[in-house]
Amino acid sequence: MPAVDLKGITNFICQDINLDILSGELLVLLGPNGAGKTTLLNVIAGLTEYEGSVFFDGIVVDRLPPQRRGIGYLFQDLMLFPHLDVASNIAYSLKVQGWPREKIETRVGELLDLMRIKHLSSRYPRNLSGGEKQRVALARALALSPGILLLDEPLSSLDLQTSKYLRSELKQLQRNLGITTLYVTHELAEAEEVADRIAIIHKGRIEQVGRSEEVFFYPANEKVVAFIGAPNILQCDSTRNLGQGLVEVRCGGLPIVVPHDGNSVQRIVLFPRDIYVSPMKPPGPEVNRFKGVISEIKAPPESIQIVIKAGNNQLVAEMPHYIFESMGLKVGQEIFLILKLRRIKVYEEKVSL
Amino acid sequence: MNKLNWLKPQWSILPVVMFFGVWEVVARFGLIPGHFFFPPFTTVVQEFYHLTANGVLVDNFLSSLIRVLIGFSTGSIAGIVIGTLMGYKENVDKTLHPIFSLLYPIPALGWLPILMLWFGIGEMLPIIIIFICSFFPVLYNTVTGIKTVDRNLIKVAKTLGASERNILITIALPLALPNIFTGLRLEAGMAWRVIIAAEMVAIPTGIGALLMKAESLIRIDIVIVCLIVLAVMCLSFERFFIFMEHKVTGKWR
Repeated sequence: MPAVDLKGITNFICQDINLDILSGELLVLLGPNGAGKTTLLNVIAGLTEYEGSVFFDGIVVDRLPPQRRGIGYLFQDLMLFPHLDVASNIAYSLKVQGWPREKIETRVGELLDLMRIKHLSSRYPRNLSGGEKQRVALARALALSPGILLLDEPLSSLDLQTSKYLRSELKQLQRNLGITTLYVTHELAEAEEVADRIAIIHKGRIEQVGRSEEVFFYPANEKVVAFIGAPNILQCDSTRNLGQGLVEVRCGGLPIVVPHDGNSVQRIVLFPRDIYVSPMKPPGPEVNRFKGVISEIKAPPESIQIVIKAGNNQLVAEMPHYIFESMGLKVGQEIFLILKLRRIKVYEEKVSL
Repeated sequence: MNKLNWLKPQWSILPVVMFFGVWEVVARFGLIPGHFFFPPFTTVVQEFYHLTANGVLVDNFLSSLIRVLIGFSTGSIAGIVIGTLMGYKENVDKTLHPIFSLLYPIPALGWLPILMLWFGIGEMLPIIIIFICSFFPVLYNTVTGIKTVDRNLIKVAKTLGASERNILITIALPLALPNIFTGLRLEAGMAWRVIIAAEMVAIPTGIGALLMKAESLIRIDIVIVCLIVLAVMCLSFERFFIFMEHKVTGKWR
């Protein structure tokens, strides 16, 4: 699969973007709306004007029209052809490339099987659910076995349940096909789950590229922090293996259970929104549940941030205004915390940046 | 209520039957002044039968029909082809749009005097009139149809390897069909209205000409026969295109 290199890409929104996507990797392009994510995909696909150069495996493709770049592109709104049924949508690229009919039928059959949508083959797009459309659009993008796949917010139009399910399926599919993929999203959790590496883009500039731990533990600058939010980073003194992929680490006197399998843990990171706060003792097993004292309450317009002293740690928890008001919390009050187990990220070795 | 269900599909026939009934009664019993010019429905039906049997109506009808078919199909095809190019290629649109917007407001019948002098009174004259009458509305509906195709669908087609020609034929044109059919449907009826007018004014054969002859002989029954034929043809042409539109685009719209 080709590697994609972008050198000095500049246009109405992109500002001197340099980015390497390794062969077979899934790079997530993460950034707020209007950051230039879709535009960058269009640059790679050859659908918009730009200065600078795009290389596929070291070969310049700037002069190639979109038709000849060999890219699978999943548009944000999916853009299924409304006048064609599912099978014809998937077969479209094969037909315009002049494949013989039997080969088209075989390939479409393979793709219908791959995406598990055989039963939909004669339906029209208006009669499909969001998740079904998603699969059809993906099958269509993959029909010519492209070496490069561009996914523009592929899950944004789906409900949470379907989105979560398809997310892991998408990642699995990408792995199996080994296709070089650029995945655009503005959802942090989604990025973290699917990414091999993450590139943070803001106002047309790439602010940081790295594995998700690198980005979370060592945000390159203020803009990255502003976008991903300042996480709680806790230093760990000791690690005890509990088996079943769990370890207990001691951070500032608190025994915290985290999902991990490997060497001793140096640091853990947890975002403020992943800490539950309650004035009453919550029911359930005593895992990752601690007592703390509120030392400060901050109220930026979008949410409430509470600084809590727990053990020797300062933790920041975040919640919407209405929840804060319903609990009536005050500085100095003793409260109970739950650290969401699956949301804790672990850092093993020191990264030099 | 359920016992009357069998009536529902036929429901719209009832007012028509009543209309003919009232007509018959009013004319038979001379209930309105000037009833001399108002033949009863049954007389009209009789006359319809006579005219059909002696071939006068059939001959004139066929002359009109052939003119409409030739003028309308050539005009529509030209409208669709040029409209597609104008909708898809901005340069073509920029070149042709100013000319067409000058010509479009001229009513089709407005061309009659100049065309009579250029082409003389013959079969070409009504065909050209119908051509003009069909061309512009179909053209503009096609342009609108092509222009309103979502540009992202065209981008998708490009990334899937489709050439410009492929995109035009497989994406833009099919998606413009609903608009194109709107143009065809409106003009199919209009073509009949215009041909009658043209034949009344300038051409010695066809339903319109028969109408004028009947008027000069004060044969109101024949006039009404001609009007009924005209109404039926307008209606069935429009119905045909509604049917075709549903057949072609009903599955995906």
